[in-house]
Amino acid sequence: MSEIDLSLGRSPSRGFPWLPRSRGQNMRGWSALAIFVALLVAVPILVVCGHVFVPAGEVWRHLASTVLASYIVNTLWLVFGVGIGVFVFGVSTAWLVTMCRFPGRAVLEWGLLLPLAVPAYAIAYSYAGLFDYAGPVQTGLRDWFGWSRGDYWFPNIRSVGGAAVVLAFVLYPYVYMLARAAFLEQSVCVIEIGRTLGRGPWRSFTSIALPLARPAIATGVALALMETLSDFGAVQHFGVATFTTGIYRTWFGLGDPAAASQLAAILLAFVFVLLVGERLSRGRAQFHHTSRRYRELPRYKLRGGWAALAIAACALPILLGFLLPGGQLLVWVGETMSESSGDSLGGRLWWHTANSLMLAAGAAAIAVVVALLLAYGVRLNPHPVAKGATRIAGLGYAVPGSVIAVGVLVPLAWLDNTLDSWLRASFGVSSGLLLSGTITALMFAYVVRFLAVSLNTVDASLAKVTPAMDGVARTLGMGPVATVARVHVPIISPSLLTAALLVFVDVMKELPATLILRPFDFNTLAVRAFELASDEQLRAAAAPALAIVAAGLVPVALLSVAISRARPGRAQGKVSL
Amino acid sequence: MTEGDNVTAGDNKAPGLLMAGVGHRYGRDPVLRGLDLEIARGEIVCLLGPSGCGKSTSLRVAAGLEPIQEGRVEIDGKEVARPGFSVPPEHRRVGLMFQDYALFPHLRVVDNVAFGVRGGDKAAKRRAAMDLLARLGVDGYAQDFPHVLSGGEQQRVALARALAPHPVVMLLDEPFSGLDRRLRNQVRNDTLDVLRELSVATLLVTHDAEEAMMMADRIALMRAGMIVQSGSAVELYERPESAFAASFFGDVNIIDGTAEGGGVITPLGTLAAPFQDGCRVRVFVRPEGLGLTPEPNGDAADATAEIIASHMLGPVSLVRLKMDGVDVPVTARSENGGRWKAGQRVRIRLDPARSFVFPASQEI
Repeated sequence: MSEIDLSLGRSPSRGFPWLPRSRGQNMRGWSALAIFVALLVAVPILVVCGHVFVPAGEVWRHLASTVLASYIVNTLWLVFGVGIGVFVFGVSTAWLVTMCRFPGRAVLEWGLLLPLAVPAYAIAYSYAGLFDYAGPVQTGLRDWFGWSRGDYWFPNIRSVGGAAVVLAFVLYPYVYMLARAAFLEQSVCVIEIGRTLGRGPWRSFTSIALPLARPAIATGVALALMETLSDFGAVQHFGVATFTTGIYRTWFGLGDPAAASQLAAILLAFVFVLLVGERLSRGRAQFHHTSRRYRELPRYKLRGGWAALAIAACALPILLGFLLPGGQLLVWVGETMSESSGDSLGGRLWWHTANSLMLAAGAAAIAVVVALLLAYGVRLNPHPVAKGATRIAGLGYAVPGSVIAVGVLVPLAWLDNTLDSWLRASFGVSSGLLLSGTITALMFAYVVRFLAVSLNTVDASLAKVTPAMDGVARTLGMGPVATVARVHVPIISPSLLTAALLVFVDVMKELPATLILRPFDFNTLAVRAFELASDEQLRAAAAPALAIVAAGLVPVALLSVAISRARPGRAQGKVSL
Repeated sequence: MTEGDNVTAGDNKAPGLLMAGVGHRYGRDPVLRGLDLEIARGEIVCLLGPSGCGKSTSLRVAAGLEPIQEGRVEIDGKEVARPGFSVPPEHRRVGLMFQDYALFPHLRVVDNVAFGVRGGDKAAKRRAAMDLLARLGVDGYAQDFPHVLSGGEQQRVALARALAPHPVVMLLDEPFSGLDRRLRNQVRNDTLDVLRELSVATLLVTHDAEEAMMMADRIALMRAGMIVQSGSAVELYERPESAFAASFFGDVNIIDGTAEGGGVITPLGTLAAPFQDGCRVRVFVRPEGLGLTPEPNGDAADATAEIIASHMLGPVSLVRLKMDGVDVPVTARSENGGRWKAGQRVRIRLDPARSFVFPASQEI
């Protein structure tokens, strides 16, 4: 969820003559280290890209002639459906809560963020349970009307359409957040000028507010679509064949890393198209505020039927994207709790939770440390190479977890095998697998995937420590170490916590990379939920899924605090997300 | 306390800050080319120049934030920098103040100032900080965080903080440009009073000639990494040594001509031009160097002109004139505001003391 920063959180320009410049050997060493780390993080992406040039094998030809077309068609349908869904939900709700006044607006304003806490696979499990033939909805309809099987038509939730719908329900907050921020930023003066030039409220929305917010909306839609492309759990559960499920199947079912990498490369091409599309649609349209006067928006006061309609429009996404799936999971957990006699299941749940927490905490700590290393590398020596390497390192956010998993596993396996055969040849001993299938590999994948999250947060907070402050602290008698300890640390430490927290929750939710890279018989909450759901034990899957949703609520709370503070015309919020 | 921590002036005659032959380049671009500068304790020197001339780099080198590449820096008679040797900024006894003040956002005002106080326990540091804040009239905000203060208040806090460690040298980088005009004058005077009183050697960087004239005991005019002229405001204004100094340091009318027999003939009259015959020259005339008399009064030998427009600016008027036979209009500054009207015909008398002739080859 925190990827939002990527497009918004460009570090502010430091275009004044006090830019720190490179000096001394030790700082060059630091920068070299930063560049090395950045390149290391870029390895998986480069490996996958490199497979485009590997000659196609037997498995690949088989894939190409059978399933590849359906992967592409399904992916395009998903992108199309989710794109429209998140646009409509996101923009309309953002407009209502920023421009109108109606009862309950304040609650709905942050409530609309809640679906962010629900991972796509969790909503998929709950909707599958709700809308299946045996689910409460169809059962209720049959009981009510006295129908039986075949008497009626009901849309199949396990379909491309179903997947697009559930994905849109949990991904629209990306658009909502960015569109809302864009609407809020628009000075009322611009809108008022529109009104005086003869535009009604609706026309001034379509001809002024919407075009002004277009860059933000495009970014929001692009982020939602990237999540769509990288989704594995929901499409797998709904039986929709896409690239992510294809990679998983090719890897485990057909055991062909090369073909899996080639699938990953095509998926990466989709991501790339999205990235470029987002850039282009934003284009040079970086709208600056021409009016520096800011006034609180004069919200249109809605009454009676209109107010009820607005409430319904804003409450619906919350209901469908959070309350319904969350409630279903809760009900299931309640049922299993009362049914299960022994505590064997509960005991295992604790074990999985411990695994998840351990992985998430470890990855969060590493991601923050690496982000600090890179951010300071660029700060001390803003060399173009260091900057470029840092940017590449931050690209992982756009790359689906399954792609990264493949990109991590291929080089690690090569490394292990090379080492093993060398040891065997030289000393007659076998090292076995040192890296692949270990926690180390998993951590590496997490850092690659979520480094952008921590990097943006750290960058933004470090930008608050202006180089002028460094200069002042030094002349006030602080050495470099004391300057960092007494000026940098207090200013950036809250943001470091935020960064760690965001990575933590992202790792908790992560499914495909964990599934592919985890050590043998090592389960996390997400993997356990996936396994149980794959065995159609949806009720049992509810407990781990619900635990993940609960963890996901933490960053949502943080986010709502941050956006309520960071409003133009008010004191700047200090939380950077 | 070490020996040098005593701040009272006059225990030695060494200049507060001495920069000699300082050269610096970023990559291949030379930014400073043999900069020489000397500032006595209690003296205020303005480094004046267009943006990109190396002003800020000079401050960075003096503060020790930028390693020196050529030349040397002395503070209070002690060498603090030469190539390959540099006393770190925290041991140089310099104070720094920036345009954006760079107050620490995580510290209250009093702690911002106490940050720089040396020696003593926490309470003593706070007391010292409070004294400084009181002296600058912002002790009422001691417990506030910086972001709630206005620009002028932030400036005072930043000054108090920079003064806290009793610096020998104070370096100010465009410290007043963030303030609005009225506030600026007041803050400026208060700042200078404090700096003089504490006999700090002050180096102030600005691109605003008027500000430099208001503040400085001495102005060092800088261009392309070198000091081209240094002196009092009067010296620089009345006796510029180059076309750049003449034009940067005040408004001028520019008239092109050719030197002939030690003089140059202009539509306004003849001026001394000690250059080779045939040398292209440029004449710079201050607006107040053009005396106006309504026709038909005045000397018949003077140039005649018609007033295009007249703007009363309080005690003086700015008068735009179209001289007979000359296309480019000239501007005169005349006392007796309000007497001039558009369309009126006047005679112009040129004051040679307010006119300067330089070869046209000199860049402005």
